[in-house]
Formats: sequence, structure tokens, C-alpha cells
Amino acid sequence: MKKNSSLYVLFNGILRENPVLVLILGTCPTLATTTNVFGAFGMGVATLAVLICSNMIISLLRKIIPDSVRIPCYIVIIAGFVTVVQMLVHAFVPALYEMLGVYLALIVVNCIILGRAEMFASKNSVGKSALDGLGMGIGFTLALCAIATIREVVGAASFAGIAIPFLEPLKIEFFVKAPGGMVVYGLLIALVGRLTKGKSPKKKDFTCVGCPGMSFCTKSTCNVKKEV
Amino acid sequence: MEEFKTLIVILMSSVLVNNYVLNRFLGICPFLGVSKKINQAVGMGVSVTLVMLVATLATWPINEFVLERFGLEYLQTIVFILIIASLVQILEIVLKKFSPSLHQGLGVYLPLITTNCAVLGVCINNINDGYTFLQSVVSSLGCGLGFLLAMILFSGIRSRIDETEVPVFFRGVAITLIAASFISLAFMGFAGIVDNLFA
Repeated sequence: MKKNSSLYVLFNGILRENPVLVLILGTCPTLATTTNVFGAFGMGVATLAVLICSNMIISLLRKIIPDSVRIPCYIVIIAGFVTVVQMLVHAFVPALYEMLGVYLALIVVNCIILGRAEMFASKNSVGKSALDGLGMGIGFTLALCAIATIREVVGAASFAGIAIPFLEPLKIEFFVKAPGGMVVYGLLIALVGRLTKGKSPKKKDFTCVGCPGMSFCTKSTCNVKKEV
Repeated sequence: MEEFKTLIVILMSSVLVNNYVLNRFLGICPFLGVSKKINQAVGMGVSVTLVMLVATLATWPINEFVLERFGLEYLQTIVFILIIASLVQILEIVLKKFSPSLHQGLGVYLPLITTNCAVLGVCINNINDGYTFLQSVVSSLGCGLGFLLAMILFSGIRSRIDETEVPVFFRGVAITLIAASFISLAFMGFAGIVDNLFA
């Protein structure tokens, strides 16, 4: 696949640079909303919607926004879309609104969105930015659903709220509790590292670029470089 | 006296039981990123506590006297994130001017806090839980201290991980997350502590 083709941009986010399992961005919603598949899917779609919209608007405005105040501008744009999504979810899927609670508002500080704005949308055309948002959003949703499936089936013996009776005596409640989420996430990261050995880009290639704090980061605070 | 008891319960529950990092998953990024050395962990923890306190002092009155009075609750997310972003900037400028030594210690961590979900999270949670102004301040203090405690404990564990032979694919984030899960498991032991505090 050619490096700049649209298809490449789309699949980049889903597989090669999966935001959750390869780039390790957006860890907070990943851990917090994956106790059941319904919540994880809802969170993924909400983030996907915000990501596509903010990527497109930021790409449209990339020549207008002055470089020195770009981070606050991005935050305002993202916060606007998050508010829209919050109101839509509240109106049409109140059950999801209840379940996600504060994490829906916290999409605004999700590193994936600010990271893609800084890394991709501020340098590329509108069409490509939208595709990048779509790919990253799908990658985020799939990873969240994968983690949630493991946690819900093993921990609560159900799938998206539907009970699986024959697993009931085998369930291990640890996995739907907070520490279980961390274990499952850690194991999946290790598994992806094992499967993509040599193929996936090294983390140090983009951890700093993708970091929302990059513009004001003084290397002493962050030890990404040394860690990888 | 009842009021005082409530405050103690809020403080204890936000430090130990509902620890923001280990139980509610807010502020995981700095928890994993800046916990490598103990002095960095303390610097980050203190900065977050400071910003949480200042942010609550600013957002609670604005929510009560501006947003709710004029029926603008739906603007909460935008208003809060803007307040936090500008407060962090102002705090940095003030520290630089009046306390250069403190700025040297904390200054580098401050800009990173703008996008820390724990700060925005604590402001929104205080409003959602219906806390009074004083309760909100105590709860933010507790959340900040809980974050600091988790950072210090975790930096100790990470320095031990550095000295061990970790399987290749677990190196980096994977083993860090699994180690974090054990601290989280240990903190689950505090679960019943608040209910019986004054029993």
C-alpha cells in the first residue's frame, strides 16, 4: 500500500498505529468504560464522532489559526463538539449517558483527539483528516470492544448485558473491578507487541509527536525517550 | 460537628477508597508517564494537587453563580476546560514571578496538567455530587493527595521493576500497567473503611 493513499491513512489508525494498543493514548477512558461491551461501544462511537468533526474543522482552519495559540484553539473546537455529542447522547440514549457519566465530558481531554489534531489534521487536507479521524476512531472502538469483551465475559459472565448462563459458576469478578482492567490492558499490549514484532513502528518514533504536551514539553518532565 | 464529620468522610474516601488514579481511572497518563523517579512523582503530585484546589476554587462559584443562574449548564464542559487552561497559565506566571525556587521545582509539570483528565474530572464530579463549596474544596484536596500518594507508592515499585529482568514483550507500558493493577488491588482493601469511620 502506498504511504499517502487514502486507504493507507484509513487503515493506519485501525491496525498499524492503533491508538489504544500501539500508541497507548487515551488510557483513562479505555480502562474506565470497558466494564461492559455496551458502554465501551458507546464510548468508542462518541469519541469517533468528535474525532472526525474536530479533525475536519481543525484541518479547515489550519492556515488561519496562529501557531502560538493553536493548542487553546484546538481545545475550544474539541470542547464544542464534545458538548454537542453530550447533548445528543443525553437526548437519544439516556441509558448510555447514565453509564458513561463524567467520562463523556472527559472526551475533551482525551489525548487521542488532541494528539491527532496536532499530529495529523494541522498538516493535512480536509479529506485525509476526516479519513484519519475515521480510522483512528474505528481503531479506538475496536480496541475498547476487545478489552470490554474479555472483561465482561470473564468477569460478569455476560455480553453487552445479556447473561451467558453456563459461564455463571466460572466468572471471576476481579476482571470487572479496577485492577482487572489494568491487567487485561497490559496483557493485550504485550500480545500486540508479540504479534506485530518488527512490523509495528517503534514507540519512540511517535510517542513524543503524539503527546499533547509536546509544544511546551521540556524533555526533563517526560521520560518517553529513555523508557522505550 | 456533623458537618466536620462529613468533611472527614469526604477526605478519607477521596484519598483512599475512591482514589482517582487507582479506582476511577482519571489521570492515568501522568501516572504512567512521570512516575519513574520519586522526585518527579512528588513534583507532579504536588502540582496536580495545587491545580485541583485552584481549579475548584474557581469553577464552583462560576458554576453556581453564572452557569446555573442563567441556565447555561450545557456550557459546563467548554467553560471548565477554558478556566483550567487559563488558570494553569496564570499559576505558572505567578509562580515564576513570586517564587522562582518553587517554579523551578514545579514549573515544568504545570503545562502538562492542562490536559490531565483528573483536574477536569474532579471539578465536574464535585458539581454532580452536589457538594457545597467547602465540601468541594476538601474533596479536591483529598483527590490531589490521593494522586500524590499513588504516584509516590508507584515510583517505588517502578524503580524495582527497572532492576528486574522483564520478558521482552512486556517491557515498557505492559509491565507498568500490570504493576499498577497490584497497587489498585491493594487499595481495594480500603473499601469498607469509610462506612465504619464514626461507627
